[in-house]
Amino acid sequence: MKKLIVSQAPHIHGKENTRRLMLDVIIALIPAVLVSIYFFGLTAAHLVAVSVLSCVVVEFLIQKYLLKGKSSIGDLSAVVTGVLLALNLPVCSPWWMILIGSVVAIGIAKMTFGGLGQNFFNPALVGRVVLLVSFPVLMTSSAFRAPESKAALDFNSKAKLEALVASPKSDAFSGATPLALVKEELAKTDESGAKINTVKKIMDENPGKFSYSSILFARNGSAGEISAIALLLGFIYLLVRRVIKPYISLSILLTVVVFSGILWLANPERFTDPVFNLLTGGLLLGAFFMATDYVTSPMIAKGQIVFGIGIGVITVLIREFGAYPEGVSFAILIMNATVPLLNKFRPKRFAGEAHKK
Amino acid sequence: MLIIFTIASLVVLGLLLAIVLFIVAQKFKVEEDPRIDIVAAIMPGANCGGCGKAGCRAFAEAAVKDGLGDLFCPVGGNATMQKVADALGIKVEEKEPQVAVVRCSGSCDKRPVTSVYDGMATCSTIASLYGGDTDCKFGCLGRGDCEAVCQFGAIKINPKTGLPEVDEDKCTACGACTKACPKGIIELRNKGPKGRRVYVACSSKDKGAVARKACLAACIGCGKCAKVCPFGAITVENNLAYIDYTKCKMCRKCVLECPTGAIHEVNMPPRPAAVKPAAANPATAQPVKPAAPAGEVKTPANNQ
Amino acid sequence: MKTFLVGGVHPADKKISADAAIEELPVPKIAYISMAQHLGAPAEPCVAVGDKVKVGQQIGKATGFVSAPVHSSVSGTVKSIETVLDLAGKPSTAVVIETEGDEWMEGIDRSETIVSEIKLEKKELVEKIKECGVVGLGGATFPTSVKLSPPPTATPTCVIINGAECEPYLTSDYRVLLEKPEQVLIGCEILMKALGVNKCYIGIEENKQKAIDLLTKLAVEKNHPNIEVVKLKKKYPQGGEKQLIDAVIGKRVPSMGLPVDTGAVVQNVGTTFAVYEAVQKNKPLFSGVMTVTGDCSKAQKNFLHRVGTPLNEIMDYCGGIPEDAAKIISGGPMMGKAISNIKAPTLKGTSSILYLTEEQTKRKEEGNCIRCGKCVEACPMSLEPYLLYKLWKVRDMDQLEDHYIYDCIECGCCLFTCPAYVPLLDAVRQAKASVMKIMKSRPKK
Repeated sequence: MKKLIVSQAPHIHGKENTRRLMLDVIIALIPAVLVSIYFFGLTAAHLVAVSVLSCVVVEFLIQKYLLKGKSSIGDLSAVVTGVLLALNLPVCSPWWMILIGSVVAIGIAKMTFGGLGQNFFNPALVGRVVLLVSFPVLMTSSAFRAPESKAALDFNSKAKLEALVASPKSDAFSGATPLALVKEELAKTDESGAKINTVKKIMDENPGKFSYSSILFARNGSAGEISAIALLLGFIYLLVRRVIKPYISLSILLTVVVFSGILWLANPERFTDPVFNLLTGGLLLGAFFMATDYVTSPMIAKGQIVFGIGIGVITVLIREFGAYPEGVSFAILIMNATVPLLNKFRPKRFAGEAHKK
Repeated sequence: MLIIFTIASLVVLGLLLAIVLFIVAQKFKVEEDPRIDIVAAIMPGANCGGCGKAGCRAFAEAAVKDGLGDLFCPVGGNATMQKVADALGIKVEEKEPQVAVVRCSGSCDKRPVTSVYDGMATCSTIASLYGGDTDCKFGCLGRGDCEAVCQFGAIKINPKTGLPEVDEDKCTACGACTKACPKGIIELRNKGPKGRRVYVACSSKDKGAVARKACLAACIGCGKCAKVCPFGAITVENNLAYIDYTKCKMCRKCVLECPTGAIHEVNMPPRPAAVKPAAANPATAQPVKPAAPAGEVKTPANNQ
Repeated sequence: MKTFLVGGVHPADKKISADAAIEELPVPKIAYISMAQHLGAPAEPCVAVGDKVKVGQQIGKATGFVSAPVHSSVSGTVKSIETVLDLAGKPSTAVVIETEGDEWMEGIDRSETIVSEIKLEKKELVEKIKECGVVGLGGATFPTSVKLSPPPTATPTCVIINGAECEPYLTSDYRVLLEKPEQVLIGCEILMKALGVNKCYIGIEENKQKAIDLLTKLAVEKNHPNIEVVKLKKKYPQGGEKQLIDAVIGKRVPSMGLPVDTGAVVQNVGTTFAVYEAVQKNKPLFSGVMTVTGDCSKAQKNFLHRVGTPLNEIMDYCGGIPEDAAKIISGGPMMGKAISNIKAPTLKGTSSILYLTEEQTKRKEEGNCIRCGKCVEACPMSLEPYLLYKLWKVRDMDQLEDHYIYDCIECGCCLFTCPAYVPLLDAVRQAKASVMKIMKSRPKK
């Protein structure tokens, strides 16, 4: 007779597993990737491919030669990091920059801590932020829009890249993101030191960048920030599949709207309006896909809401008062650090008062 | 000028804080018997809990407060105990050094696996679920709970036999493994003169036929060893023989007598070709240093 | 539709044997009747080798308050009193009886007539139930008479009959509800009388609509105005005692407290039927309804088995163990016990033989916890299994206690739902046992 298996109950398992969850996240990111490819063609596809490939390879190599453990790439988490990193980078990022990002994301932010589930900070965001502070010009002024520039987008041609970087104002195919533009223009002063621009003036001068239709579907930004609708689609998919709960995302968005709304009501000349804040930059990408990363977000609803509020507040603070035009990445990373503390929130007890020793 | 000011202010600040620290340290100083520190310094510092106290400092506190009594540090052994006694100006009795002994020899080839355990691989989990994945309900489960608790790296599961092996040079007889083993097969026994001991390497209380069916190396409770023992050191209870190490004179008659090879001898000199009673007198036998730690001299019956 | 609010999971239903009517299993040639068939002290054999016994004769007497007598399930000669191994290989004393014929004790009413008038008084009822060795058949086999004698500090207000059968595969309670509905209703009346309450709820999950309709109808027709059938949502562990009370009357059992502290006394459907038979038919508990099922099982059956029938005989009767069965479980797949000794005899509480294939049941390799919080979400007791697991790994007993590990009901939701296949419950069970031991050793204030 065959030897029987003996184990403790339960004897069956649900359908969920890590790989399937990661696959769901990848599926949810597909619309954003497709939109990116629609606008930038093979350049975007190349970006995603290089990023995913380098993340997976870095994880594989570290696992095999440094940690000498079993290969962990089968759980697809490296692929998720790869896609997210790609979506957080400007489309024409040179391959070496993507590679550095991947090594930082997987090698430093993830594997150093012991691999999947052990890291404190979102790997893709760490990758992005390290690139942002290391290569600020490449990272902020080389975001593209406009399909007609496809021909010009030869990502490997160094000369062209340099030309683009040198002429960030050539709006036809490159240019600052709306947030960067606002920040830059608002900071301008005349000889006496008085501010010369107001938000309204900036918006009026750059109609293409600030019309809501363009913000919703095609705006300047990194690869994944192009379309708000694509991101929303992915978010809804994750909710339907019960991969994530909406608490984090919604509390971030709500906080940003309320906080920036208060500032805007107080001084509409100085501060941008809440809808603009909601739809621009990496907020949606961050709120839907980066902040909701299981590993680096709190476990239960109470903690998740506080986490979201924190991200929202810090994002608006950085955007309106900080040195950088965009603050979502920093906000999420800062709040990542508070997660162990937020996990001290405990679920409401099933019954009765606390047991006394 | 600025530099001088900076340095000066930092120095002043440092001094101020130092004074604050000093005052606080004085104010909240806990009065303690200074001998506790002395004793604690003598202790090995393993904090293993082998003495029954929470750690070495707790041992020191107890020793200073209530005297040594039954307290014994298995890690430091008699040497440490003597030092502690000297420090406290009291006397202490010498104790026989002990070592952990695994009373199971149901290695993989002797004890067939009859079911597949699936789940968390710790002995305690298996033991709480069922008898174990072999037909022997008393034997080693081989998942290494003992290895996990041993702070000294003295006990390790041998992947070949699936049984734990004790490195007697490292073993301090702290007793952690004896408590961790859910089957209670690990016992602290006197190390014996020159590390020589004879013990029954089986814990099965099953009837002979059942035990034998489950494991080729099982003690079947036949009682032959008890009959042959000239010192009355062996008792058979619940189908299991037990050698009282305080009575055993290590004549090794039982080892030869055991039909299943369940009685093991350790660190014994090689047996003369013809069995002579000379071996019964370990004092005259040539001391043989064990070549390797825990190197068991294989007896004919135990030849694997 | 009612349900408990916190946690829970949705395993696939798989009630494959739901339409198989209850059959009587042949009487075993040799019955091995264990003395440890209930929670608490095992019974003591009160027959000697060579004695002739009849069906229903007491062969083991209770040895304490939390204990139950054991009765013979066959007639014949006591062959020996020996140690037998239960399905997990743990030994217990058993009376081995060689069957001769099928002669029942006088006084047991074997007719099918339904006796609805309850003649005995409150105290007598509890005594009768105790004498007949009735124990809870929902899994824990807690002696029913003890549950019917609540401590003086508690005042029972209602009886809840657990017909949720939330475990996948199992159908024995469902079949009892369908085939013996009137008896169950009378059983409810007996329980109400024994407790001195006048409200009874029968909680049934929505996937057993037929049973819900039938009992609702009969409760009206047969004049049981105090019995209310409650439709419950299909969610595991709906049939957990604490969850059921929460779902039906909206009260929560206090931590470390008794269910009766909420006023509710929960009894299983099988138990209720056994109570009916004990009180109205004078039949002690020596048989039970069990399911033989599984996706790979050769037969899908519901049986009335005599206690003491070796499991392998039942398996052979159903065509033997299927080739692709990798694990055999007694009980449901969420809380049942894996069988390692297929020769073990059935007990009062044996509710099923369930075959699972390797694909269904083999645990996948443990991965890293991804801190998804799904275990916290699934835990019906609002615990944090991931944290308990981590704390157990470092043996932090104080923290484990502070995180209410003793509240765990071992339902298995955490392990069921964990996407990384972390053996959460394996560890939590160990941790709980250790913490409970420490708590018990503490002097009471």
